[in-house]
Amino acid sequence: MAKPLIRFEGVHFRYNPGTEREWAALQGIDLDIYPGEFVAVLGHNGSGKSTLAKHCNALLVPSSGRVLVDGLDTKDDAAVWQIRQTIGMVFQNPDNQLVATTVEEDVAFGPENLGIPSKEIQARVDEALRAVGMEAYRLHSPHQLSGGQKQRVAIAGMISMRPRCIVLDEPTAMLDPEGRREVMHTIHRLNETEKITIVHITHHMDEVINADRVVIMTDGKIALQGTPKDVFSNVELLRSLHLDVPQVTALSHRLRSRGLNLPDGIITVDELVECLCQS
Amino acid sequence: MALFKNITIGQYIPGNSAIHRLDPRTKIIGTVLLIVLLFMVDSFLGYALAAVAIFGIVQLSEIPWRIILRGLRPLFVILLLTVSLHLFMTEGTPIFRIWFIEVTWEGLFRGVMMGVRLALLVMGTSLLTLTTSPINLTDGIESLLKPGKRIGVPAHELAMMMTIALRFIPTLLEEAEKIMKAQMARGADFQSGGLMQRAKSLIPLLVPLFVNAFRRADDLAIAMEARGYRGGEGRTKFKELHFGQADAIALGVSIAFVVLVGVLF
Ligand SMILES: Nc1ncnc2c1ncn2[C@@H]1O[C@H](COP(=O)(O)OP(=O)(O)OP(=O)(O)O)[C@@H](O)[C@H]1O
Ligand SMILES: [Mg+2]
Repeated sequence: MAKPLIRFEGVHFRYNPGTEREWAALQGIDLDIYPGEFVAVLGHNGSGKSTLAKHCNALLVPSSGRVLVDGLDTKDDAAVWQIRQTIGMVFQNPDNQLVATTVEEDVAFGPENLGIPSKEIQARVDEALRAVGMEAYRLHSPHQLSGGQKQRVAIAGMISMRPRCIVLDEPTAMLDPEGRREVMHTIHRLNETEKITIVHITHHMDEVINADRVVIMTDGKIALQGTPKDVFSNVELLRSLHLDVPQVTALSHRLRSRGLNLPDGIITVDELVECLCQS
Repeated sequence: MALFKNITIGQYIPGNSAIHRLDPRTKIIGTVLLIVLLFMVDSFLGYALAAVAIFGIVQLSEIPWRIILRGLRPLFVILLLTVSLHLFMTEGTPIFRIWFIEVTWEGLFRGVMMGVRLALLVMGTSLLTLTTSPINLTDGIESLLKPGKRIGVPAHELAMMMTIALRFIPTLLEEAEKIMKAQMARGADFQSGGLMQRAKSLIPLLVPLFVNAFRRADDLAIAMEARGYRGGEGRTKFKELHFGQADAIALGVSIAFVVLVGVLF
């Protein structure tokens, strides 16, 4: 297999070490994320998902262990610059990550920081806005946009920096269903057509079933990982971790416990229908 | 209820007039020159010439007069106060007197002059914000302050602060409105009572607003860092400012005008 793009090696992280508010948020994470993958991260509140995300681009660095991004150690101050260019990050609150007064200026913010010449910034802004389908809104100001549109602008603001991977920390948590659809559609398209690696952190089960890999976190550790099918075969385990499973999976699980002959790990309606017809 | 609908900030009117197209630096310097001029002149003819110049610029900017005059409205009380103060308080040849209040020719003259000066000042400066987008304005200020960097003027930081303020004012107003409605739904009353009462009733509005503002600031700082922000050093500009021929001409004419009118009148 290819070289991992992001590699966590025995990562531990403590907030406020040495104080009484000390908290071990990550407790021994080993995780590889490969180029082109779509990885979904699930976990209950406070399980350390955001902390994990912030380790991907050196916003936080491990207390022990190390994180390598394309071979560069995030603890290396000289590499931070390169790392932030490689890994983009989108946050939960769409309002609190847009800096400029118009959409196009905001998308240009990253490239400006990178010191890209003005001509090329123009081209990158055009390209990034097209990639998220927001080119009609270039001169709008952020407060005129819906939540889903703001998140797409935030994603465009990352794309204009040409990252190889985008880490999204619950980008859909504050959006309505329409906004969620827009954002999910956008990041899947970026993954498929632009080959951008996606790490998608979420609470919504239906947003993970199309991922290549699902990582389940509890209490700062990785409890389980694998394809959506494998992971959702463990309905009992997931429930014991206070996690939901997709509705279809829950239904199949109940049908099975009532004696129907259904396989494990059904995650889509089509699959269930097919299995029901066969049995 | 639209509590904050009538507040306009950065009241930029997009357009493509000769004034719109000028470099923001030209317009900022021009505005400063105008202010200087209005404090230099001290004669009727001087004001008349300044007024003619402003009227000319308004015509060129293609901004409707309606909008220019609207900018004077919040000033009405101050204007009235200034005029009447001068009217009643200046000593000289009396026109008439009621009881102990005496109106003099000199007072009338001074009052009208001060009123005109204020009105022209506001019209002139509002032309700057009406024809210049907030981004251009901050870029212009940053560029003009840059030479001051060596003596410690934080040019980039000031411009960044202005941009962020402009970006978040609508967001915070929206939030204030939301909190206000939520509090009103629970029976809060922001409208009645004396001054103290009303000031007190604002506390449950301001506390959550401030707490949220600090959280936003925290989030924004992290987001900016994630986007590679590390201060103004080595940063480029998406839209570079361009000081062209039209700017040179406009600036030259302005300086000549101010020197001439300022010195002669
Ligand atoms: N700045 C901080 N200081 C101290 N403790 C913190 C800090 N940030 C997070 N924590 C703690 O670390 C743990 C993990 O937090 P984290 O934000 O990574 O969780 P999460 O999985 O993202 O949760 P959520 O689903 O609520 O976003 C939590 O118990 C939290 O209380
Ligand atoms: Mg989180």
